[in-house]
Amino acid sequence: MVVMSPSGDIAAQQRDLIVISTVLMLLIIVPVIALTLLFAWRYRESNKEATYDPDWHHSTQLEVVIWAAPLVIIIALGAVTWSSTHLLDPYRPLSRVAEGRPLPEGVKPLQVQAVALDWKWLFIYPELGVATVNELAAPVDRPINFQITSSTVMNSFFIPALAGQIYAMAGMETKLHAVINTAGVYDGFSANYSGAGFSDMRFKFHGVSEEEFGAWVAKAKASGATLDRATYTALEKPSVREPVKLFASVDGGLYDAILNMCVDTAKMCMKDMMRIDAQGGLGKEGIRNVFALQYDAPRSRGGHHAPPKRFVAAACTPEAPRDGLTVERAAPKPAYERRADAVRVAPLQTAAADAAASAALSE
Amino acid sequence: MTPSPVEESVLFGRLSLNALPLHEPILVVTFAAVVLGGVAVLGALTYFRLWGYLWREWLTSIDHKKIGIMYVILGLVMLLRGFADALMMRLQQAMAFGGSEGYLPPHHYDQIFTAHGVIMIFFVAMPLVTGFMNYLVPLQIGARDVAFPFLNNFSFWMTASGAALVMASLFVGEFAATGWLAYPPLSGIAYSPGVGVDYYIWALQIAGVGTLLSGVNLIVTIVKMRAPGMSMMRMPVFTWTALCSNVLIVASFPVLTAALALLSLDRYVGTAFFTNDFGGSAMMYVNLIWIWGHPEVYILILPAFGIFSEVVATFCGKRLFGYASMVYATVVITILSYLVWLHHFFTMGSGASVNSFFGITTMIISIPTGAKIFNWLFTMYRGRIKFELPMLWTVSFMVTFVIGGMTGVLLAVPPADFVLHNSLFLIAHFHNVIIGGVLFGLFAGIAYWFPKVTGFRLDPFWGKVSFWSWTIGFYMAFMPVYVLGLMGVTRRMSKFDDPSLQIWFVIAALGAVLIAVGIGSFLLQIVVSFIKRETLKDVTGDPWNGRTLEWSTSSPPPDYNFAFTPVVHDLDAWHDMKKRGYVRPAGGFLPIHMPKNTWAGIVLAGISTVCGFALIWHIWWLAGASFLALVVTAITHTFNYDRDFHIPAATVTETEAERSRYLAAGV
Repeated sequence: MVVMSPSGDIAAQQRDLIVISTVLMLLIIVPVIALTLLFAWRYRESNKEATYDPDWHHSTQLEVVIWAAPLVIIIALGAVTWSSTHLLDPYRPLSRVAEGRPLPEGVKPLQVQAVALDWKWLFIYPELGVATVNELAAPVDRPINFQITSSTVMNSFFIPALAGQIYAMAGMETKLHAVINTAGVYDGFSANYSGAGFSDMRFKFHGVSEEEFGAWVAKAKASGATLDRATYTALEKPSVREPVKLFASVDGGLYDAILNMCVDTAKMCMKDMMRIDAQGGLGKEGIRNVFALQYDAPRSRGGHHAPPKRFVAAACTPEAPRDGLTVERAAPKPAYERRADAVRVAPLQTAAADAAASAALSE
Repeated sequence: MTPSPVEESVLFGRLSLNALPLHEPILVVTFAAVVLGGVAVLGALTYFRLWGYLWREWLTSIDHKKIGIMYVILGLVMLLRGFADALMMRLQQAMAFGGSEGYLPPHHYDQIFTAHGVIMIFFVAMPLVTGFMNYLVPLQIGARDVAFPFLNNFSFWMTASGAALVMASLFVGEFAATGWLAYPPLSGIAYSPGVGVDYYIWALQIAGVGTLLSGVNLIVTIVKMRAPGMSMMRMPVFTWTALCSNVLIVASFPVLTAALALLSLDRYVGTAFFTNDFGGSAMMYVNLIWIWGHPEVYILILPAFGIFSEVVATFCGKRLFGYASMVYATVVITILSYLVWLHHFFTMGSGASVNSFFGITTMIISIPTGAKIFNWLFTMYRGRIKFELPMLWTVSFMVTFVIGGMTGVLLAVPPADFVLHNSLFLIAHFHNVIIGGVLFGLFAGIAYWFPKVTGFRLDPFWGKVSFWSWTIGFYMAFMPVYVLGLMGVTRRMSKFDDPSLQIWFVIAALGAVLIAVGIGSFLLQIVVSFIKRETLKDVTGDPWNGRTLEWSTSSPPPDYNFAFTPVVHDLDAWHDMKKRGYVRPAGGFLPIHMPKNTWAGIVLAGISTVCGFALIWHIWWLAGASFLALVVTAITHTFNYDRDFHIPAATVTETEAERSRYLAAGV
């Protein structure tokens, strides 16, 4: 039972909490079950020896006890809950690697960015510049800082031997801090149903020594493959039972682009839209950004296509065709600058844009 | 479903012959069986010339007793469907090991677990609970019907309409493959483009109208129509729980309606409430759905608590211990049930203080719940317990439910939830409380009130077979599931790699088979009891030496329930009346004012079904036409002033005299 005998410090503390809470509750549950069976037997109709008191229906002392007994247990459990929830908050950096072993000075946590794709897991090691699909490795006793997101629907990132789960959601980042204490190969998977390929959305987590971890990174480096935006776009398409893949290098801005739903350079990044909105938004002119912000529809699953949305598309990216493919560009400007251009240019282009819009609609 | 782009036609929307699942042998066989069965039933109705009787006495009836019975029948029929889904899942999970895909492809399996959850909650538990409240509340408070009899009939048919849409999805198109709460973005148009989620939305929206109106109806009934002398603190406990449950319905179902309405706007007109893009927030949906969803579990369990309270007092031959604390516990649970919804998603990244708050509020609910358990326990203390079937269910409930309560509180500790959330441990927990609490309560209630409804008792032998099969079957089916959860197995999986898990799934599947025996013997029990109805006959109207007002009238009760409105002087009014030597009045009856049957409920619900179907399949002209028809019919109904009649005093005298003859013969 992996939940009851985990190999990581966080999961071990969570296990301890399960045991403590259960014991606390058994203090009241066991007497209740025993009394139920005892009373049911003792006061059965055929037992004429037992006292029968049909009008006895109130006792202040007993009432106090039956409200107070659960209350006491819940106060104890509530105190445990408050402190453990704060101590084991997945967002809280670790202060120890195991019981009685505080985090040594100078140990840098391993950074891992986990992305739930349909239906496989992508892991990016930003400091090491490598990435993997459906395989995760980390050195024993070194804290791991996970940043977690998803490309489409909700998933939940869960390695029971390592630590509790946390959801992976598109356009949002969740965090998890954990450490593995025993070398071994453990199961990891999505714990939140995400569609047809969900049952196959599993990977192996390797807890290894520092040397083995170095060798594993070297193996990834030796694979020669690069994870850039184009590779990611192909990888992101729904698939099941994807074999383990290693990438020697990763486009530095990729994770940020995934998180902001703008791996396709024709799209506007969420953070840019949010920055514009924070400054008061674009008002009516914002309609010109609709195409650049559309994210879900191109990922439509199944053969039934969503009804096409009708909106002005051509006006905001005059150099790009409307089907979402970007034209060749020498060096795309950073998204924020592009946006700034659009803001400045948009009012001047209104007449031309309207003409383009009506042309687009009439097609 | 073959992935092919669907062209929408003006006449049929996206409905085409491809929507019939002819390539799924399981469905084709089921469909054939349903058609044959349906033809047989319709043929029999025609042959025995029962259509007129059915229409006059049942379908158009506004009698709360008949509507209550129809709710219970709907719930039991849907239980068979929901349980068939459960058996299929258990079989799939016991088979799909070591590279085997089982016998269900994911597309089919995912629909089954979604349908199982939706059907069991919305179309089994809800109709059964509502049916009980409908039948019993007016009788327990000494009223002749509910406050709004037509609304009651309409509510029932709207619920049935929702059930009909869910059933239609089995054979026309598909059902949602999203899980029973249809979390976006998965349930959004981009990731679930088919008709499944639309079936889900419209079935729940239409049934939700019925549930909400029934809630309003019962609140008004309880608040305004109690017999003279029945103050709030003299109400039977079941009526108290019904009141709290309906308050929860009225306060929480609109949230569900709003959440689903926003989701349908996302799906139909391209808004972005819950999408990933355009600033939508799927987490908002998750919050909204659980602001409804958590009170929902108390909507189901509170009336079950009420049933146990009635049963335990009656069969221990003793007044309920701590009536007042029972009432306060119920009210406290009602209020607290709104403050805990976030415990369903501790793992979505809320801060530690937020998680602790919701964890601790959840734990606090276990205090009044614990007080209730103790109250039942001390009602048994110094009682004289008759182990009739309802009492067996109650003892089994008390033992089973505290285990489920314990695992529930465990799940409320956020760090523990991080490893147990979405696992099979969670599945075992909520089946533990819903089967061990709600379902056992409903079975206790059916056994307890069956003689009141039909005039004869249930056969105890088959009842006990059913009871033991259910109890042992439950432990066999769900204790292994707890173990699997602790082994780190997550829910909604259609296949497994680790062969060491298989044995647990096989045991669980055998447990499910035992539960099937329990359901079978329950149905057999009803058939056997019907055959032996003369020997099981109850002429007294009070076979268990009951304590509340429903036992003061005949079994089954006359249309008007009470010839004279009873006057209440104490808690357990009927017990009090018996103790003080109550004598049935033999004359002096007056004509009784009663509401008239109406066609409007079933017709409006029928049109709603058509409208829902048209919206699901994008048949816009039909949706528009049926919506218009709905409005016109509703307005037409308001011009029907022929709504009431009087039962003549002579008829009342005759009915009561017949009962007197019965009672004399019985004694």
